[in-house]
Amino acid sequence: MTETLDPSKRQDITLVTGVIGSDTHIVGNRILSMALEEAGYSIVILGALTPADEFIKAAIETAADGIMVSSLYGQGELDCRGFRELCVEAGLDDILLYVGGNLVVGKTPWEVVEKRFLDMGFDRAFPPGTRTPEVVEALDRDFAARARGKRTADS
Amino acid sequence: MSGDASAALLIDFGSTYTKLRAIDLERAEIIGSGQGPSTVTTDITVGMEAALADLEGRIGGLPDFTYRLATSSAAGGLRMVTVGLVKELTAEAARVAALGAGARLIGTYAYRLTASDIAGIEGHSPDIILLAGGTDGGNDEVIRHNARVLAECGITCPVVVAGNREATDGISARLDSAGKTAVPTENVMPEFNVLNIEPARAAIRRIFIDRIVHAKGIDRAAEMFDEILMPTPEAVMEGARLLADGTGGQNGLGPLLVVDIGGATTDVHSVAAGEPTLEGAIQRGLPEPYVKRTVEGDLGMRHNALSIVEAAGLDTLASEAGLTRDRFRENLAMISGDVERLPETDEERAVDRALARAATLIAVRRHSGRTETVYTVMGPAVAQHGKDLSGVGAVIGTGGALVHGIDPAGILAKACADPNDPESLRPRAPRLYLDREYLLYACGLLGTVEPKAALTLGLAHMHPVAEEEHGNGRSSVAG
Ligand code: B12
Repeated sequence: MTETLDPSKRQDITLVTGVIGSDTHIVGNRILSMALEEAGYSIVILGALTPADEFIKAAIETAADGIMVSSLYGQGELDCRGFRELCVEAGLDDILLYVGGNLVVGKTPWEVVEKRFLDMGFDRAFPPGTRTPEVVEALDRDFAARARGKRTADS
Repeated sequence: MSGDASAALLIDFGSTYTKLRAIDLERAEIIGSGQGPSTVTTDITVGMEAALADLEGRIGGLPDFTYRLATSSAAGGLRMVTVGLVKELTAEAARVAALGAGARLIGTYAYRLTASDIAGIEGHSPDIILLAGGTDGGNDEVIRHNARVLAECGITCPVVVAGNREATDGISARLDSAGKTAVPTENVMPEFNVLNIEPARAAIRRIFIDRIVHAKGIDRAAEMFDEILMPTPEAVMEGARLLADGTGGQNGLGPLLVVDIGGATTDVHSVAAGEPTLEGAIQRGLPEPYVKRTVEGDLGMRHNALSIVEAAGLDTLASEAGLTRDRFRENLAMISGDVERLPETDEERAVDRALARAATLIAVRRHSGRTETVYTVMGPAVAQHGKDLSGVGAVIGTGGALVHGIDPAGILAKACADPNDPESLRPRAPRLYLDREYLLYACGLLGTVEPKAALTLGLAHMHPVAEEEHGNGRSSVAG
């Protein structure tokens, strides 16, 4: 059983959410943002049509601990390329990066898609249909691990 | 003149002139105007006395003034440096706050101040530094660093601290213990993308009244007025706000835009919410203040005539003025070196008109929001950056080029939307007005004590202008 974060500590953690690129699918991102806020995390909501650099600028200014990138419209791979490098460039070397939404295009198996995003430097990628309690659970485990100096619960 | 009717004296200590407006408060009318040289750098009382004598000569005796209020843009104006974290976020919020306080920005910085940044700031010796950075609970490391290097450097001016509230106390103590004056106030961006510029503006105004006025020697004339209330650009802004919003049940003009074309800069003020009017447009970027001021430091009729030409193109301007390139260039050389020059010949007037039209177009285009079409797989989507001013119903022109030049309507028409430039959200079909008596600053000042009289006065003296025959007003000048 891995360690998990005490819910009272969630308020000390700031997460930036938004839908990357020219993507206007806002519903899932909004549901996710509300669920995270309800769980007690501090959320900075960027909304739809958010260029990659805006995630990073918002994260710098708010001293965010993590960025939650949504991509639904099928161009996530293109939009997310270089995202970790942008973070490193801005001094956010260790910021936790999650990506989710509808990352699969065509019939590519999820494992292949997931690996592509992990290779890009995302700490976790989530398949279509991910429900919000799963996301909260992953965050709790990863931030508990981070408190002990690890990068994520799985590393 | 008898001393019965209550009257107000409104004073502008400008960079070249000290200007007076005497107002009859009951009738809300101008009694008279006076002007003297601006002698702030030597002894301000000399110019003030000359201006009063001029006024007295024109109206035959001075009334007892109930109010004697002043603004100042003398001795370089309110020279400020702003510092923030991310260029587009807290650094921009700090810039907007300083401009809204009527400042002249002499340096804007983002991220960590470097040794050469500090040297630059020391070299400029600003009147005030506005230090921001981090949302509340956000980044505090960079603002702490910047406060430390400012504390250690040679500047002596007050520092308004308007960043992450968690760092404010520590920073203020650090600056104070280094012998600087820290003025702590609320964060200019307490939450991500939330602007909160009023507290910083108020702090800047307070410092201006308490300290800068003295530092610039304006209080030597203290016997001759009650109070210097604000920098002149802020008074113009307050005048614009009053004229737009009205007061105490008396309607104003509604959302409006002011274009102030000066010798060195072109200022644009908008009083409008600026929300998207285009269906489906998604607002992006930092929200903008309801009363917004921008200053274009590269667009001025004399000091910066050459940079207007750089921005608009010599060919365009020359043909607009009906001159050859060489002839236009000769005129330019003449006026750029002679900053007080008023146009004397038809040719000079045509050159001024062309410059003013280009300055108006470029300044209002930079001030206004724009739409950007984002092409998605499903078709185009529209993102809006900045304020949508297409519904603004009134454009007011002020400044020498409009008042002393020809064709004010043709110049102001350049502030309007252009079908060839549909992405620029400029006013679509506004009424055009001219502030011929230079009253906006006076309305802003008087509005602080007698808002109703100030509004009546302003409404009566914004003169509607119509396009003249030769003014091919709305045709396009590239810019
Ligand atoms: C509604 C919808 C639209 C609406 C969007 C309205 C709006 N403004 O939101 C409209 C009609 C505009 C639209 C347009 C398009 N759409 Co569409 N759309 C959908 C649809 C039917 C539902 C999306 C939705 O709201 N789901 C409900 C929410 C709650 O679920 P969710 O977004 O997946 O989010 C959940 C999780 O994924 C997770 N999550 C989301 N983000 C993140 C981030 C992280 C970090 C984590 C951990 C979790 C997480 O949390 C949410 C809560 O459970 C889907 C199909 C589907 N059933 O998913 C297609 C779909 C997403 N659209 C698709 C496409 C192709 C388009 C278009 C390109 C063209 C088209 N064919 O219509 C355009 C693109 C427009 C653009 N530029 O963005 C495809 C995408 C294919 C792909 N990825 O390969 C889909 C999958 C349909 C399909 N099967 O073809 N669409």
